[in-house]
Amino acid sequence: MSQIVFDAVRHGYRTKGRAEMVALSDVNLTVEQGEFVSLLGPSGCGKSTLLYLLGGFVPLQSGRILMEGKPVTGPGPDRGVVFQNFALFPWKTVRQNIAYGLERQGLTAQARTERVQQFIDMVQLRGFEDSFPSQLSGGMRQRVAIARTLAVDPRVLLMDEPFGALDAQTREIMHEELLAIMRRTPMTTIFVTHDVREAVYLSDRVAVMSSRPGRIKEVVTIDLGPRTGPDIMKSAKFNEYVEYLWSQVKTDAVKAMQ
Amino acid sequence: MRLIDFLIRWSPLAILALAWEAAPRLGLINPQSLPPLSVVAVSLWQLAASGDLLTNGLQSLWRLVAGLGLAILIGVPLGAAMASNRIVNVIVAPIARALYPMPKSALIPVLLLWLGLGNASKITLIFLGCLLPVLMSAYNGVRGVEPVMLWSARSFGRGPLSVLFGVAVPAAMPELLAGIRSALALSFVLLVSSEFLMARDGLGYLISFLGDGGAYAPMFAAVIVVSSLGFAADRLFLGLMRRMLAWRG
Repeated sequence: MSQIVFDAVRHGYRTKGRAEMVALSDVNLTVEQGEFVSLLGPSGCGKSTLLYLLGGFVPLQSGRILMEGKPVTGPGPDRGVVFQNFALFPWKTVRQNIAYGLERQGLTAQARTERVQQFIDMVQLRGFEDSFPSQLSGGMRQRVAIARTLAVDPRVLLMDEPFGALDAQTREIMHEELLAIMRRTPMTTIFVTHDVREAVYLSDRVAVMSSRPGRIKEVVTIDLGPRTGPDIMKSAKFNEYVEYLWSQVKTDAVKAMQ
Repeated sequence: MRLIDFLIRWSPLAILALAWEAAPRLGLINPQSLPPLSVVAVSLWQLAASGDLLTNGLQSLWRLVAGLGLAILIGVPLGAAMASNRIVNVIVAPIARALYPMPKSALIPVLLLWLGLGNASKITLIFLGCLLPVLMSAYNGVRGVEPVMLWSARSFGRGPLSVLFGVAVPAAMPELLAGIRSALALSFVLLVSSEFLMARDGLGYLISFLGDGGAYAPMFAAVIVVSSLGFAADRLFLGLMRRMLAWRG
């Protein structure tokens, strides 16, 4: 049984006095346990909507979404989410943000403190435990958000353009950190992005989405073996994937701009 | 240096005090209508020594704290609920919108009729006047919270009430505190004007009683006390606000 199933998912938006805008049309996709799958497409192709539907934030209109065999009915701690703009609680310190998800898990105070520290260490924020998000850089904030989400031990990780708000250098560092986390604690991940190179570098499979209406055009398996470091981006094979995917995305990206 | 900064910053006030002293003494203003500041200061001292200031001041402060406290206690949850629940919004919003621009002091005769001269009429007036600014700031603040922050809380397994009071209200705190601060200023206006018209004690009553009796120097002393209290309350609240919002960096 696949861990995540999208089956004939359709989603539309209605704005007053206008015809329905179809955001997603007949989306089918299955994700296996432990897979890293990217949803790649231009803005407006409905890739974030698809993720929000799986997250249970947006009610499903038509079709089925199964998480480990059960239909998604609302948000839950089995699906950890990381958002582009971090969605941290700005009035809580780093420590308090990471502890938030653990408060309802029946842990003893000591076990909770230890777990918070473990995840602070994991994202290398030792020394910033008592800082507020406003005192941290964008990359550090996203590390806090990742630690907060992973600390509750979700079954799958949903990431909505998590590095889209970061500068190029920070983004590259975050890629390495994410891969390192995945090596230590492998986890099924669905990763929304419009960055072709990022998708190829991180994913086992890339689902290319087209826009208006959003649908999955093609799913490409990325066969690059274990990611040992950024050198892989210089390989011919890596660049073939990038070129091929870019050619698939381009027509829609151009269409989206018109 | 800090002392000099302080002196420069408050020098206009010192000039005003000097003008107050000089104008009646030089005969520019009738000393009957504006006694010199030094005379007022002596009256202030006498008023304080007699204990009148303390008893009336405490009475006024109690009304203020009770009225504003009730407005916060009811306005914050109601405004937050309005922002997050359609049914509450449908019921409360038209009432709030209709009553918001109404001058609450217009209720003074009604409240006098219904509740008499005791504390209840003043506390009710301050409560009613402060309720809407507090409620509206909670409503606007909660409505402005980023949806992803609320989604994030829900994905950690939190129910609607926990999300509302544990995440939405703290996230709305900057706007909410600004609303409470304006309600605090308004509460002084309502306190004094209601005590003019429907009270047997309190600082507002003291001012009107002394004025009616032609005791202008002590009347000005009482006005100074009320103004200072208003100023001190605002400063205190501003300090509290800065501490509570220290996370904004």
